[in-house]
Amino acid sequence: MSKLTPVLSANWDDKDSFTIEGYKRAGGYQAVTKALAMEPDAVISMIKDSGLRGRGGAGFPTGSKWGFIPQGDNKEHYLVVNADESEPGTCKDMPLLLANPHVLIEGIIIGSYAIRANHAFIYLRGEVVHVFRRVQQAIEDAYKAGLLGKNIGGKGFDLELTLHAGAGAYICGEETALLDSLEGFRGQPRLRPPFPAIAGLYAKPTVVNNVESIASVPAIIKNGVEWFQTMGTEKSKGFTLYSLSGHVNNPGQFEAPLGITLRELLELAGGVRTGHKLKFWTPGGSSTPMFTDEHLDTPLDYEGVSAAGSMLGTKALQIFDETTCVVRATLRWCEFYKHESCGKCTPCREGTWWLVQMLQDLEDGKGTEADLAKLLDLCDNIAGRSFCALADGAVAPIISSLKYFRDEYLAHQRNGGCPFDPVASTLFKTVGA
Amino acid sequence: MNFTPDQLKIMDSIIARYPRSRSAVMPLLHYVQALDGYVTPRGIEKIAELLEISTAEVTAVSSFYTQYRTEPAGEYHVGVCINTLCAVMGGDAIYDSLETHLGIKNHETTADGKVSIERIECNAACDYAPVVMVNWEFYDNQTPQSVKDLVDSARAGNPTPPTRGPKTLRTWKQNSEVLAGLSDGLANEGVSAGEATLLGLKIAKGGK
Repeated sequence: MSKLTPVLSANWDDKDSFTIEGYKRAGGYQAVTKALAMEPDAVISMIKDSGLRGRGGAGFPTGSKWGFIPQGDNKEHYLVVNADESEPGTCKDMPLLLANPHVLIEGIIIGSYAIRANHAFIYLRGEVVHVFRRVQQAIEDAYKAGLLGKNIGGKGFDLELTLHAGAGAYICGEETALLDSLEGFRGQPRLRPPFPAIAGLYAKPTVVNNVESIASVPAIIKNGVEWFQTMGTEKSKGFTLYSLSGHVNNPGQFEAPLGITLRELLELAGGVRTGHKLKFWTPGGSSTPMFTDEHLDTPLDYEGVSAAGSMLGTKALQIFDETTCVVRATLRWCEFYKHESCGKCTPCREGTWWLVQMLQDLEDGKGTEADLAKLLDLCDNIAGRSFCALADGAVAPIISSLKYFRDEYLAHQRNGGCPFDPVASTLFKTVGA
Repeated sequence: MNFTPDQLKIMDSIIARYPRSRSAVMPLLHYVQALDGYVTPRGIEKIAELLEISTAEVTAVSSFYTQYRTEPAGEYHVGVCINTLCAVMGGDAIYDSLETHLGIKNHETTADGKVSIERIECNAACDYAPVVMVNWEFYDNQTPQSVKDLVDSARAGNPTPPTRGPKTLRTWKQNSEVLAGLSDGLANEGVSAGEATLLGLKIAKGGK
């Protein structure tokens, strides 16, 4: 028996899982009926009690976020779903939306009802046209079925839902940058406070939740808090999607209780690429400090990963075997952060450029041992000194790779260049394959 | 050249989706790209006029986001993921061989206007690495040869269909229209999920 617990993914193998008929056949839109018969505050309490925490990276309790919205304030409230999935390695929300956009819509109806919002938005990254089609069709069909629009389910609750395509900016996954972008500006993070719960979209109380967080809501409403808490660990309750990619025999999505380990997941994924061994991996995308084979038994929940010096993040487990140059990997991630820095804060805007130049020299064998100290000093002057966490993400792979593979950086200098053959880490043996 | 009354009507319908008109700037930019192939001066002027903001403000937005182009894209815009994981798994090799094969560089378009290429960042399909996107449709598990075949088929007017997407590959302009929120009716085409997406479920159900 595997430890897997398919809930969100339970109907993905149905050919029509993405249609309203397919979703209803799999038990969809039953939770919304139940929720609309409850008091909105009772819905918030239920999500609070369940212990559901944000699945987009930060792990903030979803119910508490909902509870922060001031009620009776005579202002519009908004629910905004962050579907800007772009963190390197992260690949859970896009397949979820491709296979079952309706579970998100059901979660949005419930969440909007709970926080008393009458307009919700889905901010979907723009580089996934077929996902956009599926979500748009689902919204249209939900309107036709009376699940969106006026007087939903005859309960007097009105909800408009607007799908909005991004246009290729990683930073818009940061919630306040997302709100600026949705308002029609350059996507740059805002200074907090005020937090979105007080002044979010159009300066109105706003909840921003990740796709997977909202998609988890219908199952909790339908099956109850106790059921949800049978899965997971003490402070990390429930099921979640783990995405394994890279040098494993069978990469893919694995829905399991929080707290499963990489050792267990690797077994399900057919192990590390045959004939090779694990070198380093990220627990939750490139912004989370990397791990090595020392961490195979670290429980992959919020506390376990954090206690081991990283973050659960998006549960994007990128696996690299011994053929991979950690300096090359780190440089490429850093180039990404440099490219995606929005330019608002100087330490990030300037710092990521310096980091890339230093890492390039090190990768080319032109760096020295003194450069490693300088690199860490730079990181120290960049992390925590900007409005948002993008720059913290940029230094995470650098600091962690230096912690575990310092000598590999120096080997580049001794070797007069990168000692690795990049062809060996590809999936095809020769370039002509 | 002016936008047609029908096009202006569509622009109004895009603005009507939002509580405040300025929020429509991004879908309007996608729509301009659908009509003109990139963000044209006439598009910027029209958006500024409709939203009652300056052309500088529209340009500030369009220049911030990489999907908005200052030059026409090819009919088939090929993005090769070169973020770490895809790069290591073969994305770098794919990109290099594609440049050589087409004789163009990053952000350039072939002389026949058919294919443009771009080094792209992570596209949320890492379990299908190495990943290539054509007109922002998924092409999973690619190799240098499969991508050469793909661009050749596109130039011959018969592009290989996406792995997880509609039955036939639409043009870059047509897909830009979808991103503006204008349905092309193709949502029901293609698989619900690829093999990697279903792996955990299959194991949980007792298959292997």
